[in-house]
Amino acid sequence: MTDTAVYLYGVCRGLDPGALDGTTGVAGTPVRGVVAGGLTALVSTVRLDDYGEAALRANLEDLAWLEDTARAHHDVVDRAAHAAPTAPVRIATIYRDDARVAEVLTTQGDRFTEVLDGIAGRSEWGVKAYARPDALQAGGTGDTEAADPNPGGGLEPRAEPLTGSRPGAGAGTAYLRRRQDERRRRADAGRRVAEQAAGIHAELADHAVATRHHPPQDPKLSGRSGLQILNAAYLLDDDQAEGFLAVTRAIQERLPGIDVEVTGPWPPYSFIDTGDGTPVTEPEDTAR
Amino acid sequence: MTAVLDTGGDAPMERIALVDLLDRLLSGGVVITGDLVISVADIDLVQVSLRALITSVRSELLGEEEL
Repeated sequence: MTDTAVYLYGVCRGLDPGALDGTTGVAGTPVRGVVAGGLTALVSTVRLDDYGEAALRANLEDLAWLEDTARAHHDVVDRAAHAAPTAPVRIATIYRDDARVAEVLTTQGDRFTEVLDGIAGRSEWGVKAYARPDALQAGGTGDTEAADPNPGGGLEPRAEPLTGSRPGAGAGTAYLRRRQDERRRRADAGRRVAEQAAGIHAELADHAVATRHHPPQDPKLSGRSGLQILNAAYLLDDDQAEGFLAVTRAIQERLPGIDVEVTGPWPPYSFIDTGDGTPVTEPEDTAR
Repeated sequence: MTAVLDTGGDAPMERIALVDLLDRLLSGGVVITGDLVISVADIDLVQVSLRALITSVRSELLGEEEL
């Protein structure tokens, strides 16, 4: 019986073995390569106490543990990706031993090769755009809770014609009308920023090989004020990066009500599973 | 938070926001069946981890507000 297992980070092609020297992985474990079929699997030996199925299920509920594991996983993949084409594997993919990993490299070799062909010489860049709170407030009420517009707020005194059939219905009708107007203004503001987001995305997509939308981030997690109107990833050829970044800067200058944040280069995490590439014209599907 | 722009080849990014990392690690990467954690490695992982995130962040925020 063994009380260890093998944690798989990703699979590289043509990795110089020296590139892994001194690399530390999850739980402080050393990282090594398992080579088979012309591919190198990046792995660590981990304890089943922490990475067995039951332990993993519990540990993934622990944010501190999840963060440590995610950062370690990323550090290994990122380091390898700077040295050779690297296909990251979903976090927490565990095998019994090196022999099983080698078997997977052999049996899944075609699939990894296809993935690696799609990402070699390319990196992922993240772009997030936020509408500043004032850009969302057509009425300028100063409500800062932009991520969750308060549908009951912002009642403005306005003259309303009496349209009710009975005099007693006037006040209620006027109130409902104000509510409707307010909702309409917010909807208009929301539509404007959605159009801006779509425009930004389309412009960036022109400078990318493929794109993918991530779900909008919860402001509680990002710690970011303002409504996130775009959270997308772009796969770029290495020689596209400079031009892409210039476009992001131009967008930022052109749209003062929008904050643009760029992260990268990332290993191409978001561009793995679609064998034929993600359609660049993908509609806004981030909202649930 | 300012934009993280790493235009150089090997310079590591500044401290990466966890939320950006999890966008990628929980839904990206090659999905292959492991030996030990078949259900966790699939969609369950996202659900389980998001529950952890939301719970932890809520308690953190509550803690900060009390300071």
